Amino acid sequence: MMKTPLLSVIALIAVLSPPAAAQTPAPRAAGAPKELRVGIVTLLSGPASSTFGIPAKKAADAWVEKINDEGGIGGVKIVPVLTDEAGPGDKVVAEFRRLAADEKVDLVIGYISSANCVAVPAVAEELKVLTVLFDCGTTRVFEEAKYKYVFRTAAHTGIDGIGAARYLLAAKPDVKTIAGLNQDYAWGRDSWEIFSRALRKLKPDVQVVETLWPKLFQGDLSAEISKLLTAKPDVIFHSLWGTDLASVNSQGRVRGLFRQSLVIHNNSAFLFKEFRDLPDGFVVGFRGTHWPDVPDPARNPLQKEFIERCTKKFGEPCGSPHGSYHMVQALQGVKTAYEKAIKATGRWPSVDDVVKAFEYLEFDSPSGRIAMGVGGGHQAIEDSLYGTVKLDPQRNQNVLSSVRVFPAKCVNPPDGVKTLDWIDQGFRGAQCP
Amino acid sequence: MSAGLTFTYGVVRILNLAHGNLYALGAYMGAWLVLGWGSSAMPVLSYLLLFAAAVFIGVTAGPLIERLFLRRVYGKEEEIQILLTFSILLILEDVIKLVWGVSPLFADKPYIYMGHVRLGGVDYAGYPFLLTGIAVVTGILLWLVVTRTRFGKVLVSVITDREVSSALGVNVPRIYTLAFTLGAVFAALGGAFTAPMFSVVPGIGAEVIVVSFAVVAIGGLGSIGGAALGALLVGLARATAVHLFPELDLFAIYLIMALVLLFRPQGLFGQVQARRI
Repeated sequence: MMKTPLLSVIALIAVLSPPAAAQTPAPRAAGAPKELRVGIVTLLSGPASSTFGIPAKKAADAWVEKINDEGGIGGVKIVPVLTDEAGPGDKVVAEFRRLAADEKVDLVIGYISSANCVAVPAVAEELKVLTVLFDCGTTRVFEEAKYKYVFRTAAHTGIDGIGAARYLLAAKPDVKTIAGLNQDYAWGRDSWEIFSRALRKLKPDVQVVETLWPKLFQGDLSAEISKLLTAKPDVIFHSLWGTDLASVNSQGRVRGLFRQSLVIHNNSAFLFKEFRDLPDGFVVGFRGTHWPDVPDPARNPLQKEFIERCTKKFGEPCGSPHGSYHMVQALQGVKTAYEKAIKATGRWPSVDDVVKAFEYLEFDSPSGRIAMGVGGGHQAIEDSLYGTVKLDPQRNQNVLSSVRVFPAKCVNPPDGVKTLDWIDQGFRGAQCP
Repeated sequence: MSAGLTFTYGVVRILNLAHGNLYALGAYMGAWLVLGWGSSAMPVLSYLLLFAAAVFIGVTAGPLIERLFLRRVYGKEEEIQILLTFSILLILEDVIKLVWGVSPLFADKPYIYMGHVRLGGVDYAGYPFLLTGIAVVTGILLWLVVTRTRFGKVLVSVITDREVSSALGVNVPRIYTLAFTLGAVFAALGGAFTAPMFSVVPGIGAEVIVVSFAVVAIGGLGSIGGAALGALLVGLARATAVHLFPELDLFAIYLIMALVLLFRPQGLFGQVQARRI
């Protein structure tokens, strides 16, 4: 039977047309604005910028581009308004007000520093600006207060310490003595408190033989390493970052610290290129499944796309997994919440509609499925990932071995329970494999 | 680092807040050169590169800062001098970011090449012994320059009385430039040779200047011997505190500073000066 010319033309168009998703923009919601202005606040200067802030900015560049390529949110393109988070708290709060009043942003995604995550929410509530905290770790935000317009789409630091304790007991069940090496400010103190309390709850006979508190960015840790070498603990836990992380790796390796004790680090505050130089046997943890192999890109298309987009745009993955993955989680959370609100209302949603949609939301991300599971639906929970750095002699490069992923409900307290209370209560209701 | 700070102050009488940035520039240049041209086949090259970085930064940034900025505020109120050097600090902080970006530079090979030595049952890295050696040699060289050379004698005369020195035919502005450049080389030397011990990141200059001020306050502003003693006291105080009272680590440094300033406000080696009216 002969094909008619019309059928041939239709067939040709069908063959030559790209997939519909890439071609057809998302339908524009009724009453939608011309653009969605999103304040992006991250550390663009200062010592934390290279390992946290800039990777987050790169991730925002890549992912906003992806969302806009696909038609935006509800047919509205995102216009990012980039702001530097560096500076004292009062300056950061003033910048937030400027974003709301002068830049007229529809929402703000931001904040790496825990101090800023504690300072900004009160102003966000006052101005009724939807604010998504994307990376800071303090448990205080939603455990000590309630907010309507504020959300955090990354897990808090509870999972760092609890995950470390669980991994340690799996890797070295006969541990008897531990020591802490943590920077002397809120992050270091909180990290040690959560880890040591969790470990002693899980294994009460563990003894703390040393706790050291170097100044933030001290750099030279010779005296601390000497002390740890004489104390000879089975395990050393630290939460150092920035120049202090590089120092303990370099100085500790030369002086045999990593041969003497199992060293465990609770937060992946290093760049991929720094990973190549980490000492063999070093245990590293991630606040969420943020690693090129975990989740498996073959099973998680967003993870595959995130790596591909960053590599295409910047010639390498978007830097430190910490800031970059958390930034994409925030963008995915916002997108999903808006789309849910549009679907529920049948029009472009008000901020209250988005807030309602955001509470207890679940959404997909390159880190896997994220649930706004605690803090009254305002605080995300994530799986905790730990692994051991191992030199692969065949490839002559470091790989992450002995990887373990602790499910979110194994390392996060239930909704309404504070992290330290949950630990003291013996992790009641924890759902561990 | 502290020797450079106190030396600069001794000569030009300006407390240079941007001294830490010269340290940072030395650290960046040193790390950058080692990462680019250092070779494990020839470890000694890395140390030469660190030295070359310090000299390059000192002899370029030093005269530039002195001639362009500091020369305009000699003899002016201290507030103006401090504001100016603080402005230079902020400018250099951004210059560093413009040149090297914000990613950390991690060039620890010179540190690793030196290996470790075992003393009293504990492994110590060999590199800090090299740093101590460099500090001692630098101190001795500086002492020799000040006490045994013509330049040193002229320098002392300028420090003692600028006007009389000028009247006697000393080219005071030139001495100022040379002295500031020497101080800049010391700062950059400190930065370049400590860079292999940690990753070089934006902001390290501001970090190091605080401890340096404590060192020179203990030793006495303007005294090189005082800076050496101050550095020794600060190092010992920290190490002792870390071993015996880890919680008092930082407190120990500033406790010593407070005690010294309480009983000798001019510092251990500082001299009480009559105020000219």
